[in-house]
Amino acid sequence: MIDASVLIPLLLAIGALLLLALVFGGLLGYASIRFRVEGNPLVEQVDALLPQTQCGQCGHPGCRPYAQAIVDGEAINKCPPGGERTIAALADLLDVEAPPLDGEHGQEQPQRVAVIREDECIGCTKCIQACPVDAILGAAKQMHTVIESECTGCDLCVEPCPVDCIDMLPIETTVRQWYWDKPASGVLIASDRRGSL
Amino acid sequence: MNSPEQPGAVQVQDFPGGIVLPDNKAQSLQQPIRPGGLPPELWLPLQQHLGQPAITVVSEGDRVLKGQLLAAAQGPDSVPVHAPTSGLISAIAQRAVPHPSGMSDWCITLIPDGEDRWRERQPLPAYLELERDQLLARVHASGIAGLGGSGFATGRKLDSTRGHQIHQLILNGVECEPYITADQALMQERAEEILEGLALTAHLIEAKQCLIAIEDNKPAAIQAMQGALARHREDNSQLQRPTEIVVIPTKYPSGGEKQLIQMLTGQELPHGTLPADIGILCHNVATVAAIYRAVVHDEPLLSRIITLTGEALADPGNREALLGTPINYLLQQAGQDQAATRHLIMGGPMMGFELPSSQVPVVKTSNCLIAATVQEMPPAPPAQTCIRCGQCEQVCPMTLLPQQLLWFAQGSEHHKAEQHNLFDCIECGACAYVCPSHIPLVQHYRHSKGVLRKEQAEQASANRARERFEQRQARLEREKAEKEARRQARAEARKARQSETPAATGSPEQAPTSAEIAAPVDTQMLEQRREQAMAKREELLERLSAARDQALASTPQLERALAKHEQRLAALDQKLADARTPAQGQTP
Repeated sequence: MIDASVLIPLLLAIGALLLLALVFGGLLGYASIRFRVEGNPLVEQVDALLPQTQCGQCGHPGCRPYAQAIVDGEAINKCPPGGERTIAALADLLDVEAPPLDGEHGQEQPQRVAVIREDECIGCTKCIQACPVDAILGAAKQMHTVIESECTGCDLCVEPCPVDCIDMLPIETTVRQWYWDKPASGVLIASDRRGSL
Repeated sequence: MNSPEQPGAVQVQDFPGGIVLPDNKAQSLQQPIRPGGLPPELWLPLQQHLGQPAITVVSEGDRVLKGQLLAAAQGPDSVPVHAPTSGLISAIAQRAVPHPSGMSDWCITLIPDGEDRWRERQPLPAYLELERDQLLARVHASGIAGLGGSGFATGRKLDSTRGHQIHQLILNGVECEPYITADQALMQERAEEILEGLALTAHLIEAKQCLIAIEDNKPAAIQAMQGALARHREDNSQLQRPTEIVVIPTKYPSGGEKQLIQMLTGQELPHGTLPADIGILCHNVATVAAIYRAVVHDEPLLSRIITLTGEALADPGNREALLGTPINYLLQQAGQDQAATRHLIMGGPMMGFELPSSQVPVVKTSNCLIAATVQEMPPAPPAQTCIRCGQCEQVCPMTLLPQQLLWFAQGSEHHKAEQHNLFDCIECGACAYVCPSHIPLVQHYRHSKGVLRKEQAEQASANRARERFEQRQARLEREKAEKEARRQARAEARKARQSETPAATGSPEQAPTSAEIAAPVDTQMLEQRREQAMAKREELLERLSAARDQALASTPQLERALAKHEQRLAALDQKLADARTPAQGQTP
């Protein structure tokens, strides 16, 4: 038979713990309903790292669907506009190995901008319908033009153009975008003058 | 009221770090300010300031008068460009500009006619009667950008005081960088003009107190300014605020805005704030002199004082050069020994940059030009490994951790550098100057900042693209839904009609008039036919454009077919409209 002087504190302790468990369980249960997060926040984070070109080279109709697919387990190396930097950032976020870019979906290349040769444009509006970010301005039978600052360089307008008057031109660096190069890394031995001899 | 006889009213304090440099200023102060002359051509870049470039308002072949607007400001951060003299606009094209990249930018080329004929001017001596906004507009229109070297739009800076009580207007006559004497010469020779500008600026921003800061290595400038101030007081002039000349110890970079504020007020400017937020505004002495000339004499910024110095020049000194004057023209006047010139530096030796060519113009921010010999500026010894001596940290005026920033910049961990307040770095170069391993620390920071700025710009454009994409998706969804709704409404209407018609035959008293039945059926059918016709028109258009593109023989036929189809479509539209009007007229 257990002595009452042992039993009472024991029961008290168990009772106290039980009470605490109920209180905290209730609190957590309430919080999980009250502060429920709508949608998967990971998709948002992945989407924020993608370049938002909306080019569909990954096989998805836009960056957000690809972000969703990545969260669902698709490979992270299908985005040529983002290139190695995006892959590295995604690998960092998802804590996986960074694979090289999947060449099947295209090669990484410097950012470009679509330019319409305006005197050749017949005003068919096909490129306007193709542009994922509404960066082409124009109306039926009127000349179209690309709003350069809004163009993501996705290439999607080139294919539908019946007269092939859209060029993808590389964006040239101007005085306003230029920045200093990284200084050459220091030589270890200052007296080493191999280059100057 | 403070007076120069009461020194010590402002307690000059120290800022952390800083270095003492050999000043090398005497060479260019042997002669007074001389005019820079009239070169055969003036090259005027559309961007001579921070912010958006200006937009040209003249065309090639135009004759312009002195002071005429050539390029208008594009937004509040932008600054207009005026014709420094009368002449002919010979070209508006890309050409080399004074920039460390050596790249070209849009420039207006002006061939002076030698007459120097002014446009009509409206002087305004009684500026005290004008509203603040009117004065501000005048400053905005005069094309003044910070003449100390930053090139920040002056109108914008004055405007930043809106909604702030300005306790102190600080006039920056410090000029702490070696070699440069443009401001010093200005203070010695045109102290009156500076004080007039100070009075005007103080009136504009309603400053409570004015401080004029001058380094103690410029006694002549201090004397000239004190003399002018005393005269002003006697004349009971427009300078109605307590004004004091504060002599500060010579230490680089005391002329930095943040450092100067700290020296004069003891306040540290918090990260990400403007001086106006703590009730202070700083202006360079040359800038306020330009404000005075712009407002009172209606002279926009057409010229600036530039120091020509360096051992490769036989006749160094300060010149008042027209904006757009080619550098090589000025160097020629100063007797440049081209063979001996090893470096051509625009700006000071600490913060300036090497010019890739002398075929570039003087711009609003060009305060100094150094033609240095090899002895004067020997090539930098090769950079060695950091020995962690910590001297860079000792001299950093912003109390950053230069060594830590260097690790991050070298390792391309730019975001970590940003977390260590890289963007607070003022690029004064003190850390690189004291580095015993000759590491070009500032270049590393500049590169890091460039990478980060580019990333920020890319992120911003990506966010914009996302937003546009999502908006477009939403719009397409909406259109689809609307179309679907219309289709369903039509289907229901048809169904209702079909169920109504047999019922109508059964009960004659409820039979609608023939027009009521006929009209909906008609419009229904016509609408359908019109839709088909539209589709066919699209197809025709497409075929026609393809035919035109390939120059096929069928083009004229197709054109005829299209014209015919268009007629048919128009007729259909007419019918549809006719059918609708009676139907609408009968339904209440």
